[in-house]
Formats: sequence, C-alpha cells, structure tokens
Amino acid sequence: MLLVHHTFSKMALASVLSGDSADFSFDSSQSFAFGGGPGPSGLGLEGTPGDSLSFSVKNPLCVGDDDGVERKIEFLHGTTTLAFKFQHGVIVAVDSRATAGSYIASQTVKKVIEINPYLLGTMAGGAADCSFWERLLARQCRIYELRNKERISVAAASKLLANMVYQYKGMGLSMGTMVCGWDKRGPGLYYVDSEGNRVCGDLFAVGSGSMYAYGVMDSGVRHDLTVEEACELGRRAIYQATYRDAYSGGQVNLYHVHSEGWTRISQDDVLVLHHQYKDQA
Amino acid sequence: MEYLIGIQGQDFVLVAADNVAASSIIQMKHDYDKMFKLSEKILLLCVGEAGDTVQFAEYIQKNVQLYKMRNGYELSPAAAANFTRKNLADYLRSRTPYHVNLLLAGYDDTDGPGLYYMDHLSSLAKAPFAAHGYGAYLTLSILDRYYRPDLSRDEAVDLLKKCVEELKKRFILNLPSFTVRLIDKEGIHDLEKLTLGAK
Repeated sequence: MLLVHHTFSKMALASVLSGDSADFSFDSSQSFAFGGGPGPSGLGLEGTPGDSLSFSVKNPLCVGDDDGVERKIEFLHGTTTLAFKFQHGVIVAVDSRATAGSYIASQTVKKVIEINPYLLGTMAGGAADCSFWERLLARQCRIYELRNKERISVAAASKLLANMVYQYKGMGLSMGTMVCGWDKRGPGLYYVDSEGNRVCGDLFAVGSGSMYAYGVMDSGVRHDLTVEEACELGRRAIYQATYRDAYSGGQVNLYHVHSEGWTRISQDDVLVLHHQYKDQA
Repeated sequence: MEYLIGIQGQDFVLVAADNVAASSIIQMKHDYDKMFKLSEKILLLCVGEAGDTVQFAEYIQKNVQLYKMRNGYELSPAAAANFTRKNLADYLRSRTPYHVNLLLAGYDDTDGPGLYYMDHLSSLAKAPFAAHGYGAYLTLSILDRYYRPDLSRDEAVDLLKKCVEELKKRFILNLPSFTVRLIDKEGIHDLEKLTLGAK
C-alpha cells in the first residue's frame, strides 16, 4: 500500500462532486510528502501557474514532460489481499502494511472497506485511490437502493466501480480491488482494477504478495470447507505471503461474508501467528 | 497471449477463443468467455487491452440491439462489421483509442455465413479463415494448407483441433481450454469446450 500526497486535477474531482468544489489547481512541480513516483502530468492542466497555493519546490523525482505525454505512476501495489468463495459464503483476508518506497508508513491500515452491511471492498494499490473510489461506490450503491427499493447486486456494484475508473484509464489511478458480497444469486466475488479489468471468479489474490497467497490457497481450497477451516486457510495464506513479501505485513484482518451480511472474524498480528505456527509444526 | 480463430464453411462459421483471463503472470480466470453475442446469429470475439475489450464489445453489442429495437429488424453481419469498424476508426485518432483485435462471425439469411477480421488499427477484411494473437503465427499456415471452402462441420472442427494441437506443442504459454461455437442458419450453437488434457 502506498501513501502519496496527491492532488487531483481540478477537472476530475469537480466533475465527480459536481458542485462547488475546492480549488484544487494543479501544479506539476509540486513536492510530495513521501517518496512517491513522478507526479501525473499532462492531465488537462487548467490552473494558471502562479495563482495557486502550491509548494513550488521542484521535485527531483519529477522529470519534466515536454511532450505532454501522460506518465504512468509506478505504484508497487505493496500489499496482499485475498478472497475466495466456498459453500458458506466468501472469506476475505488482508494484511495491514502501508509502504512509501522502502519505508513502512503504517502497520495498522484497514484494507477492507465496508461498503454497506452486505458488501465489502478490498484495497490494493494507491490508498487514496482505493478509499476514495470505494466510498464513491458506497454512495452509488445507496442511491441505487433508494431508487429501486432493492439491494444492489454484487455484479452491478462491481460494474459501477469498473465503469467509474475506466474513465480515468491511463491517467495514473492505481487500484486493485475485490468486491465481495452476498446477493440473491448467492455469494459474489469480483476483481476490479484501474486497468479496466473486471472478472468474476471463485478465488482471487491481489497485490505484491498475491503469488505467495495463490500458492497456499490453491493447494488448500475446497468448496466444502467449514467456516473454521476456511478462515484458517485465509489467515495462513496471508501469513505466508507476509513471510516472503517485504511489502506485506502487520496484522491479518479476516472477514466472512454470508447470507446475513459480513462479519469481522479476527485480527491477528503476523508475528504472533509466526510463533503459533512454528510451535504447531 | 490470447488467441482467437474463425473458420468459414459453406453454410456455417466455426469460431473458437481461449479461456484465460490473465494479469501479468497470473491466470486470474481459466474459464473466461471472450465471445459477445451481438444478435441471434452474430458473435463478436474480442481480445486486447484490459478494460477496452469489454467496454468496446459491450458498446457495440448494445448499439446493435438498439438498432433492432428502433427499426424492427436486425443488422446483417456485414453491416454490423462495418459499424464496428467505423466506431473503432473514429476513436483511433482520439485521446482514447480502443486497443482491441476482433473477429466478427455471423450468418446472413440472404448472403450466408461470413467471417470478418478486424484489428486495432481499424482494418476490416472478410476472410474464409482468420486468427488473432501470437498463436496466429503458428496456425495460419495450417489453415492455408488444409482449408477448403466446402468443409463439412466435422472437418472444420478437426481443422480447429489441428490448430489447437499445434499451439499445445509449440506455443510457449499454456492455453488449457477453448470455448468453441458454431453459427449457422439455426443460430449460435455451443460446441464442446476443447480442453487439452495432459497427453
């Protein structure tokens, strides 16, 4: 998870909030709070340089773009999140480390966003991007509910999110999220990312530690797991990923989505789990 | 990485697409369907950049349906192909071009079966057989060698199997299964998925 001080271009935020928005005028020579990548440039600059309140310190990491080509921000998706379906619903497990380059900014980040009592979203990529867009999704889901007097389906919620971020494709958004829930078709799990992917599936892992998590999950997952076994599988998969991946760590947060909604199952520190598993073996 | 193939017979078109949805080196899904049903007798097979594929294909799909609702009759495969190409061309020199490669297959009640090849630069060609992806380099010559205009359905499926066998043998990436569909005057039929077991 990367924490970067970001200013959205005036155009994007204003059109999304569609009202009197604060004057987020954009200055490409803005400094960054943490060691992030080069700033997004060429995003339809509207603000006139000189009248903004920016800290005009030239960022040494920001290479000037003369050709106006949009520069892709190199986010590392430093995290491990996973979710899988089984007979009793969906298990969602995430780590809680946030990094800015090689600095660990926090070990206690909440990477599961509670969209509503029966929908969860996970965070991987840019922290601001994920929490902002998923909060927006929560708003859209609520509007849908009010208009149609019916809960939104997981497929529709994920499609809303995918369409929202598709408009910003190529502009430097970084988001890899899983929308998990239970609707009238049963358990639902969709992977949505800022590239425009939207895929329905039974099992996903997202982030820099995802490959390690896939290994453990693929070898242990079955449709007929009990809730206890499934929780332990999710927990173990995240733990194994944090063991190998430097950018994942902190605690394992575990959620279970069932027909009544989601429940927070547990929060376990990875170091405690390490000693526990060591004693077990 | 992705592969599409189409073979036209006398009174049918056979199409197949691989089932892998990948993100960098990870296979996110192994049963992903890359075919979009435009109408009762037209299929659009779409591969390319993530996001662009689904967005563009669904856009074309909805517009073809809209045409039917407005005018009371469906677009013919040739018309649908040209409509698709025009849309692709219009976006090509905009700030948001769609990076997609397409095969459009359909059966027209007057003109018979048709297979149309389209690429991301918006070129359109009606062809008796076509393929997209790296796999096309390996299989086009097989199609050149063994294709005949009067192929029967079984012969076409065998030709398809030959192509898929070649991919299994020589293509560096693993494409374990393919969705296969056939379009004729009756409509779109789902054929058995071609899965390559460990041989």
